Amino acid sequence: MGPNRTWLLIAPAMLVIGVFMVLPLFLAVGYSFMTANPYGGVTAPATFDAYLQFLYQRDFDDSLVFSPSYALIILRSVYLAIATTIICLVLGLPVAWYIVCQTPERRRILLFAVTLPFWINTLIRTYCWILILRDEGLANGALRHAGIISDPLPLLYNDGSILLGLVYTFLPFMVLPIYSTLERIDPRLIEAAHDLYAGRAAVFRRIVWPLARPGALAGATLVFAPALGSFLAPDLLGGGKKLLIGSLIQMQFTSSRNWPFGAALSTVVTVVVLTVFVIRSRRVEEERR
Amino acid sequence: MIDIQSVSKSFVTRDADPVHALNAVSLEIYDNEFFTLLGPSGCGKTTLLRLIAGFEAPSSGAIRIAGSDVAALPPQKRPVNTVFQSYALFPHMSVAENVAFGLEMQNAPKALIDERVREALEMVRLEGFATRRPAQLSGGQQQRVAVARALAPKPSVLLLDEPLSALDLKLRKGMQSELKRLQRETGITFVLVTHDQEEALAMSDRIAVMRSGDVLQVGTPRDIYDNPQDRFVADFIGESNLLPGAALGRDPAKTIVVRPEHIVVSPVSDGAKGHATGAVSAITFLGSDTLYEVVLEEGAKLHSRSRGGSALATGDRVVVDWARHLERELAN
Ligand SMILES: Nc1ncnc2c1ncn2[C@@H]1O[C@H](COP(=O)(O)OP(=O)(O)OP(=O)(O)O)[C@@H](O)[C@H]1O
Ligand SMILES: [Mg+2]
Repeated sequence: MGPNRTWLLIAPAMLVIGVFMVLPLFLAVGYSFMTANPYGGVTAPATFDAYLQFLYQRDFDDSLVFSPSYALIILRSVYLAIATTIICLVLGLPVAWYIVCQTPERRRILLFAVTLPFWINTLIRTYCWILILRDEGLANGALRHAGIISDPLPLLYNDGSILLGLVYTFLPFMVLPIYSTLERIDPRLIEAAHDLYAGRAAVFRRIVWPLARPGALAGATLVFAPALGSFLAPDLLGGGKKLLIGSLIQMQFTSSRNWPFGAALSTVVTVVVLTVFVIRSRRVEEERR
Repeated sequence: MIDIQSVSKSFVTRDADPVHALNAVSLEIYDNEFFTLLGPSGCGKTTLLRLIAGFEAPSSGAIRIAGSDVAALPPQKRPVNTVFQSYALFPHMSVAENVAFGLEMQNAPKALIDERVREALEMVRLEGFATRRPAQLSGGQQQRVAVARALAPKPSVLLLDEPLSALDLKLRKGMQSELKRLQRETGITFVLVTHDQEEALAMSDRIAVMRSGDVLQVGTPRDIYDNPQDRFVADFIGESNLLPGAALGRDPAKTIVVRPEHIVVSPVSDGAKGHATGAVSAITFLGSDTLYEVVLEEGAKLHSRSRGGSALATGDRVVVDWARHLERELAN
């Protein structure tokens, strides 16, 4: 096959990647260096203002004052995204392992159960958590009924409820890639390890985990990136009291009408995710050697 | 070394009747022995091996290894290592790490592990391959790594499940003598599973011939070849003529077993005497030997194999003869 034909074959893929991935990225970066139009959108001239806004606030007299509030929002978002990823990993690995150990029919049912939430709108599912967690909700009601508490526990509108929402939303993205790597492990490898005097813990540490790690890393990426930018769970379950970066970005394009700042925030999120991704793939490559 | 006492194994399947893979099998495997389980596909060889290794529990009966009942012991507690048919090498570990695995799990000191790994790789002639990954090895090399990995912890028993079936003929012959040599050098009891009777005859001290969950006969290769106690064994081991007694004018309730190389075919015109007469229906040239197919007058067909060629042609009327002590008479 000549080089021209090869080009033809990859052209559709390149087109899709270009239109849906590269172009929006360039647009975001481009917008982040423009001036905000008070009616939405952006205008000339090009400036760095959007990025300065991270760390400084422009006072009335046009002088810049240091203000870490946005940086703190980013840090808190990264922290919550990392926590979500870790919790998803800790929960997802045993779940995936359990599913792999079942008979083929039960596996199909369980996998279907894992993907079941995808069939219902995320917004509705997140609202359901409010019904469960609020003061008069199911959880508090049940606890009060059982006589364990008299006053309702503050289950809603804190970091815990945000984490719960994030983990709930993104757990399938961890379970599925881990499942697919675990499924490909030859059961005879596990028998061979037992045969060579390995107990259950050693089999997991020396055989299952190393072979499942690519899936866990893929899952971590699939959870971390959207968790960092997510705004549904933080807004609804966090009560919007403390902003996270996802909500902040969303606000810039709606109520605040500061598109350049929103674009700058998106760019920063993208850079964070890409950095994590690059470090990750470097490590994977080092291990290969 | 291994004492198998009327062990049965049934697999319960959901949609069908239980599969009886082994029916009250009793076997004794001695110390330092090269023992072979021989039988056609599906006869229960792998199942028996998996019971010894501990991957499967018997439905009834007992297995004793080195004198003690192993029913309660999981695979990691048995002094037995397995060479899997598919090798089952750990793909994420180097050759040396694979071989070291068993010793590491036994918490052997680092120096001893290094020493044993070197020794084991030397034994299978793979000294230069320690840092390679399994995927970077040929099939024969992977097979030898699997053997080295199972030998390194110096188990009392090595179980080998058709370890040579994936290799081409030349490599297989080479590995057969290598395995035999390893068994002699280490003094470890080898239990080999195969469906290749030639391989079994060439390598074993003793053979157990199996068919559909039963052990039909246990004995030395000579014993099994010369004295098959069963039609199936006679037919399965080497080539045999199974002649109905009636075809030879004898008791019709008996089958006469004669090896092709023991049958002498000579033209009727020579005036020779024999057990029966017939006509040559086919002649196959096999290099050093010639194979004659003879249809007896009573309708039975037999094969005779003789050194060199002779003046016979298809259609010639012949007398077939053999020394009576070389034949076996079995009940039908
Ligand atoms: N896990 C299982 N569930 C149900 N039936 C099984 C199972 N394992 C083996 N069997 C059945 O038990 C019988 C013996 O199987 P086994 O694997 O021991 O045969 P084998 O002699 O090793 O054959 P081969 O030479 O083809 O490897 C077969 O009929 C097989 O279908
Ligand atoms: Mg088998």
